[in-house]
Amino acid sequence: MGTLTPTVSIKDPKLGHGGSGAHPPVSDGGGDGRGENGVPDYGGRLRRARLGVLLLLVTVTMLFVAFTSAYIFRQGLPVLDERTGKNISDWVQVNLPTGLLVINTLLLLLSSITAEFARRQITQEAALAPVQSIPGILVDAERSSPWLAVTIVLGLGFLAGQWIAWRELQARGFYLATSPSSSFVYLLTAAHAIHLSGGILALLYAGITSLLRRPLELRRIVVDITAWYWHFMALLWIYIFALLEFVR
Amino acid sequence: MATTATVHAHAAPQGFIRKYIFSLDHKIIGLQYYFLALVAVFVGMFLSLLMRIHLIWPTAVLPLVGEIKPETYLSLLTMHGTIMVFFVLTTAPQSGFGNYFLPIQIGAPDMAFPVLNMLSFWTTFLAFVAMIAAFFVSGGAPLHGWTGYAPLSALPSAGPGEQLGADLWVISIAIFCVASLMGALNFITTLLDLRAKGMTLFRLPLTCWAWFVTAILALLAFGVLLSAGILLLLDRNLGTSFYVPLVVVNGTVMGHKGGSPLLWQHLFWFFGHPEVYIAILPGMGVASQVLSTFARKPIFGYKAMVYAIMAIGLLGFTVWGHHMFMSGMSPYSAFAFSIMTMAIGVPSAIKTFNWLGTLHKARIRFHSPMLFAIGFVSLFVSGGLSGPFLAQPVLDIPLHDTYFVVGHFHLIMGVAAIFGIFAATYYWFPKMFGRMMNESLGRIHFWVTLVGTYAIFMPMHYLGMAGHPRRYSQLTELAYLHDLIPVQQFMTYAAFITIGFQFVFVFNLFWSMFKGPKASDNPWEATTLEWTTATPPPHDNFGGHTPVVNHGPYEYSVPGAPRDYVMQTDPVTATAH
Repeated sequence: MGTLTPTVSIKDPKLGHGGSGAHPPVSDGGGDGRGENGVPDYGGRLRRARLGVLLLLVTVTMLFVAFTSAYIFRQGLPVLDERTGKNISDWVQVNLPTGLLVINTLLLLLSSITAEFARRQITQEAALAPVQSIPGILVDAERSSPWLAVTIVLGLGFLAGQWIAWRELQARGFYLATSPSSSFVYLLTAAHAIHLSGGILALLYAGITSLLRRPLELRRIVVDITAWYWHFMALLWIYIFALLEFVR
Repeated sequence: MATTATVHAHAAPQGFIRKYIFSLDHKIIGLQYYFLALVAVFVGMFLSLLMRIHLIWPTAVLPLVGEIKPETYLSLLTMHGTIMVFFVLTTAPQSGFGNYFLPIQIGAPDMAFPVLNMLSFWTTFLAFVAMIAAFFVSGGAPLHGWTGYAPLSALPSAGPGEQLGADLWVISIAIFCVASLMGALNFITTLLDLRAKGMTLFRLPLTCWAWFVTAILALLAFGVLLSAGILLLLDRNLGTSFYVPLVVVNGTVMGHKGGSPLLWQHLFWFFGHPEVYIAILPGMGVASQVLSTFARKPIFGYKAMVYAIMAIGLLGFTVWGHHMFMSGMSPYSAFAFSIMTMAIGVPSAIKTFNWLGTLHKARIRFHSPMLFAIGFVSLFVSGGLSGPFLAQPVLDIPLHDTYFVVGHFHLIMGVAAIFGIFAATYYWFPKMFGRMMNESLGRIHFWVTLVGTYAIFMPMHYLGMAGHPRRYSQLTELAYLHDLIPVQQFMTYAAFITIGFQFVFVFNLFWSMFKGPKASDNPWEATTLEWTTATPPPHDNFGGHTPVVNHGPYEYSVPGAPRDYVMQTDPVTATAH
């Protein structure tokens, strides 16, 4: 693989020149994770970026574990009733707009699938790029589909759906401060929405890098780790939905 | 041939702003953290001095501060604790020295994510600005202590500092959480992925192990504090009732209902206990490194040290309830937390005895870093021994709200960690600035600080056993405290002297930076990778080549070796085993 290595330094990325940044994926090679001959080691960078996103997800998990334990703790907490002097439960079941949330769930799952398509597409592009850069060789470029844009649109659709669900909750009389249970519904959904918005920003960034003709490999790293993050967000949403639906 | 272009996506910057302000270089970022902590520690120390002055001269009207009312005292206490814990004890040992030396010690050209690294420093800085701003808003700084117990922290009407000041406090903590999470993520990735060839996990210096485990603790703990902070902000500003039960403040019924103040305590201490180890573990790493270097002996029981660090980190997550014995928790839970807490004594003792084993029969070189490392061990033992007392509910209940606890955590978490920072400063100063610090001033600084801190914090244990409550601003109102006032006076005088002598350190630091004698590349004859490179290290740490590691981190007094130490990069043949 090393013989194909074009000498492009990351310090001054090759701008313009047609297929922007045609680098072969440098093999991981294990161990120290360094490139050879001054070539940016995108394999190592991808590996580190994936590790970084994994650690980020650990943190996000801790955040939601904390919220969950607070939720369950609060739910089981007896409250002193001033009139009778007895401990009662003041937990009010929130009347969730379940149908709407199911539609949102489907939207998000669909977006997770398109994110995976986007990830695989750019992985393939990155793998084929060095072959394409050889003069005279024409790789039959597969129809490149706008999976990235579709994912962003679906993600925004999910957020819009959540917004509608909140409006519906308000129509049913559940505001943020109405009861502890409704506070948790807003808290969990909003925290998830903020995290998902971060994913959308990352995908937009990937789109902008393609407009700026940054090296394909850089864009690939952004898309790759955002796709993993996105899958996690879909899983996280299913978890939150199940928590709110079944543990109430 | 391997090069350093991989991570060093950024070339050496030229302009002042890119070089020293928004730098991507982990060494500059490490120094930025260090100097932020230096500013913070002086703010924190100044606040503690005000408290100590007020305790023995309650009516004194001070310049700049004016009269210290009980609520002023509480806000001094809150800000002292918060600034010291977050912006000194978390910032300097981990983010400061860790940033500077973790990549060099593992043979990497930089951290794994340099931009993230810069962001985490500037977010920390933002958090510090928000925290300091709490002094200057209407109502002043919050009153709820560094632990921020609800409902006091959750009700803006609960006191003068609990309005905007408390909001700024929570926001600052939340920003700090995000910054620490970014830092932790970076540390872990760097250590796992960027080690030089031959740098196996069991060849890592113990400092790296300590920073690594600390980063894992931070990664798991700060997310929980962040969640607690978000709930607190919602309670304070959006009328939710996560923490606030039905309460009446000054005759007014608050709009909250059914929240649980205990929820805050659980979330806070789930973070808060690991935070204690976040503060102290890097100090343990530095102590191990320095003791081995200046004892000219391999660290006693290297692997035991590594497993002990891990065990302390792991057990640290199972003991948060021991801060809450007073909360009316079930005695069965209290018993479980008590057992787990005392179990931490085992890995702690392993570490202590290994340090002593390292010193045993050694030809010790008593330079200032070594003095501070030995001081660290001393303080860790004296502060640690009061731990098993407090770990038992029957003893904790009478002692909990007394000065006993203040003495305990100041010795073990505060001063011991600070001694770790001092040891690291004296030890690595030649590498960081290319000059030596003044040895005589270092010794004066050490002896006064050691005796002074013991003089301040040891008497607190006696005060506690005499039933002296903590967080009280006025001692004159209660007859039984009258007899204890001389002890408080003694502590205040000791604090004056100790704090005064910290300026010797600051003078030594800045004077040596420009006027100290030039340092060689390896003035302490140490073995780890930072001593193989130039002083101070070049932008990519090793000047274009990548070190190859052939040896463990602490090969001192190797029989048959040409020198009494074998550096990690020495060729394999250097050891004639």
